[in-house]
This record gives sequence, structure tokens and C-alpha cells, in this order.
Amino acid sequence: MIKAISNLGSYAIETIEQIGRTFNLLLIIAWKMCLPPYQIFPIIKQIYFIGARSLTVIIISGATIGMVLGLQFYNTLERFGSVGVLGSAVALSIIRELGPVMTALMVVGRAGSAICAELGIMRITEQVDALECMAIPPDKYLVAPKLIAGIVSVPLLNFVFNVVAIGGGYFVGVIMLGVGEGSYVNGMIDSVVWGDVRLGMVKSIIFGMLITLICCAKGFYLHLSQYGSQGAEGVSRATTDAVVISSVSVLFFDFLIGALMS
Amino acid sequence: METANAIEIRDLDVDYGSRRILSDINIDIRQGEIMVIMGGSGSGKSTLLRCILGLKKPSAGHIYMLGTDICHTSNKKLYGLREQIGVAFQGGALFTSMTVAENIQLPLREHTNLDENTIQIMTRIKLDMVNMLPYENLMPSELSGGMKKRAALARAIIMDPKLLFFDEPSAGLDPITSAELDELIVMLKESMKMTIVVVTHELESVFAIADRIAILGEGQLVQVGTPEEIKSSTDERVTGLLNRTPRKNNVDKDVHIERLTRDKE
Repeated sequence: MIKAISNLGSYAIETIEQIGRTFNLLLIIAWKMCLPPYQIFPIIKQIYFIGARSLTVIIISGATIGMVLGLQFYNTLERFGSVGVLGSAVALSIIRELGPVMTALMVVGRAGSAICAELGIMRITEQVDALECMAIPPDKYLVAPKLIAGIVSVPLLNFVFNVVAIGGGYFVGVIMLGVGEGSYVNGMIDSVVWGDVRLGMVKSIIFGMLITLICCAKGFYLHLSQYGSQGAEGVSRATTDAVVISSVSVLFFDFLIGALMS
Repeated sequence: METANAIEIRDLDVDYGSRRILSDINIDIRQGEIMVIMGGSGSGKSTLLRCILGLKKPSAGHIYMLGTDICHTSNKKLYGLREQIGVAFQGGALFTSMTVAENIQLPLREHTNLDENTIQIMTRIKLDMVNMLPYENLMPSELSGGMKKRAALARAIIMDPKLLFFDEPSAGLDPITSAELDELIVMLKESMKMTIVVVTHELESVFAIADRIAILGEGQLVQVGTPEEIKSSTDERVTGLLNRTPRKNNVDKDVHIERLTRDKE
């Protein structure tokens, strides 16, 4: 019994420490990013890795989710004789909720896990220590470009996801199921307001920062975690944690931002 | 402030959690000498190196590097000092996403405004010094263990540091490659007038390169002296290490049985 309480206490302390370290890392990077030298080329490289190389998965998932939404909304709306609002329903669901959330989850799965594993391996193979010893701040050199790239790439990917998903809904609703093109497009234009676009944009910027920060912190501080001494298995467990925590955080913050901005 | 000593370690205590790793360590490392820090596994020599490099904060004591107490200085000053040192890690710690040449050029690109041509020439000079010139475009994963160590050494000396640290240069290498690295270390000291600190437990290497030797045992400094002084030492821990005498497990029989049978905490 005492052992169980003790374990729970250790877990709680470690969790609080991790949250503190992650927040601290964000503050350090925010400060160091203001100081020269500016890491322009590494940021472009990371935007290519997180953004451009995620395009395929974003396009495929966007098209699939748009088509599924088109189909499901059509079946539901048909029962109420309201298939004319299909365009509005698809666009609003995607722009306000599904676009930012699905884009973030896709980036977590494709790039977040890779970022965490890369930094974790660099930590256990003393590459991070080597940077320290070369007087190159590893947080600025390794983490900052990834964080900026995440903040830039996720909103752009979200935009692509939204366009493709609305196109997928159009394909199923208008081309396959015969909903009028005018009602789909005009309904969408009439119902989507600037507030919806702004909400989606704010969400995707925050998600971009959140997922890259969590994944970077998990890998970068691997040596301070309970898996720090477990070598390759430690990297694998930290990566799993990073993906799970990032995904859950995205869902939680989705609700929080939605509640605060609606 | 510069002194005759490149590094002075005073009353150093280091703990990991509640476990004391190093206790009351006092060592002076003179300018221009090769100091070998030697000891068995678990003696705390790697921890001592991490403290000297500022990668681990000690629990108590001072480490003066080139006159600055690195345990009680600002991050900015510590980074300034680190521009004057070079470190070759045990596994090389080469950046796996860069070629050998890119690895070596990194400190120059980050800390100097040299033009591309000069950077290329300097890279080749250092690669040539460690006999790695033909491999400049290879990735670290394509190198053998000895080549990785030599590439790491080239990266460590690219900024012509005043102090060079080498962690286990001979570990995992065949005797010939190991001897080549030893020669290289001595050559670096003579040609570049560097102070070199080597952490190792390879006896042959130690006596081939050391000007002085510091022996650690179970977290304490056992002896510091020239190779001759160490060889003629009568301290059991020193002779045990030099003669490769297996450690005796003088544990009471009852205590031993209790250790084997008690519940795991």
C-alpha cells in the first residue's frame, strides 16, 4: 500500500517536473530566438521536413475525411430533407474542428514522433553534450528551428487539409450523390464567417507549437526522465509518450480554445 | 586570470541523488601537459570529466578552468570558455546527419566569420593531421570505431583549443589503431602546445602518453604523479590496478545471504 502511494507520488513529481521543464524550454527558446545568430537555413530545413514532407498524408487524410463527412452528412440531412445545407455542414465542421485537429494529429504521427526520436538519440549518443562543449547552445540549435517550423507548418498544412477536405465533400455530395452545386458552394460561402476561419487558424497555430514543443522536450530531456538510462528502449518509450501526450493535449486544447473563443 | 595550471580542482564532491560518486577531489592540471585520469569501472572518472566540462554540476567544491571557476560562473562565461576547449567523446558523438567534413566545420561556421575557402582548407588540414582526409565526404555511419574517434579528434581541434579532452581514446580499438591514436595525442601536445586531459583505463595507452597520472578509486583520488611515481607506488589500490588484481569481495557470509534473500525495495 505504502509502495503504491510512493509510486503515485513519484509519478506526480515527475509529471510536474516535466511540465515545468517543457514550459521552461519554451521560455528559453523564445528568449534565445530574439538573439543572433538567426537560424534561417535550419528553420527552412525543418519546415520542409515537418511541412512539405507531410503534404501527402495531409492530402490523403483530408480527401478521405471530406468524403466521409460528405457521405455521412448527406445520409443524415436527407432524413430531414435538408441536403441543401451539406456544403455548410461540411465546411463548418472542417474549418472549425476537424481541420486543425486532424492536421495536428497527422503531424504528431508523422513528424512529432521522428522529432522526439531524433533528439532522444542525439541525447543518448552524447551529440547534445558535444554541442554544449562546442559552445553551441543545443536548445537554440536543435529545438528552436523545429518549434518555429511547427508553428509555421501546421497552419499551412491545415489550410491544405481544409481545401482538400471541402473538395472531398464536394466530390461525394455534388458529383456522386447529386446535391446541387450552387447550394453546396453558396451555402458554404453564406455560412462560413471570418470568426470560423480565425478559430481554426488560432487552433492550428497553438497546436503546431504544442506538439513540436512536447515532442522536442520529451526527446531533449530524455536523460532527465525515468527512461533516461534505458538506451534504445528509453527512446522508444519517450517517443510513445510524446505521441500520446501530444495527441491528448491537442484534443484537450481543442475544447479549451473552442470554449474560450466561441 | 591565467595561472600555471590550466585546470585546478578543489574539494570536489559529486552526488547522483543520494549516491556519492566523487568525494574530496583535488587535482591540478598544468599548462601543456598530458594528464591521464585513470581508474577502474565505476571509479568516477567519466563523472569527473563531465564536471570539468561543465556538463554536471558538482554538489560542492570548485573547478578553475583557465582561471575561471566554472561551477560558479554565468552560462555566457562558460560558453566563452568552451570556445577555447575541444572534446573528443568516447563514441565520437559525431552528428549522424552530417558528413565527416561538415561535422568538423560546424564550430568554425558557428563561431567564426571565415570565408568558405578558408573553412575548407582548415578542415582538410585537421583531417590530414588525423589521417582522415580521404574520408571527408563519408557519413559517420560509414566509419569504423577508430575512424570515428579520429574524426571526433579533428572536430575537437578545429578551433585550435588551449585544452583538449579525450574520453577513452583506446576503448574498443585494436592495438594498432590504439597505438596510432596515442601517437597522435602526443604529436598534438608537441606541435600545438595543448594541455590534454585523457580519461582512460587502458594501461598501455596511459604509460605511452601520460606526463602525469591521476588515479581514482571508488570516488576518491588515490594518487597523482608521474608515470614513474605511479609505477613505484606501494598503495594497494594503485598496484591492484596496474597488476590487474581482481577485487576481493570481503563481505561477511551472513550479510551476503541477507543481500541475496531480502525483498526488493
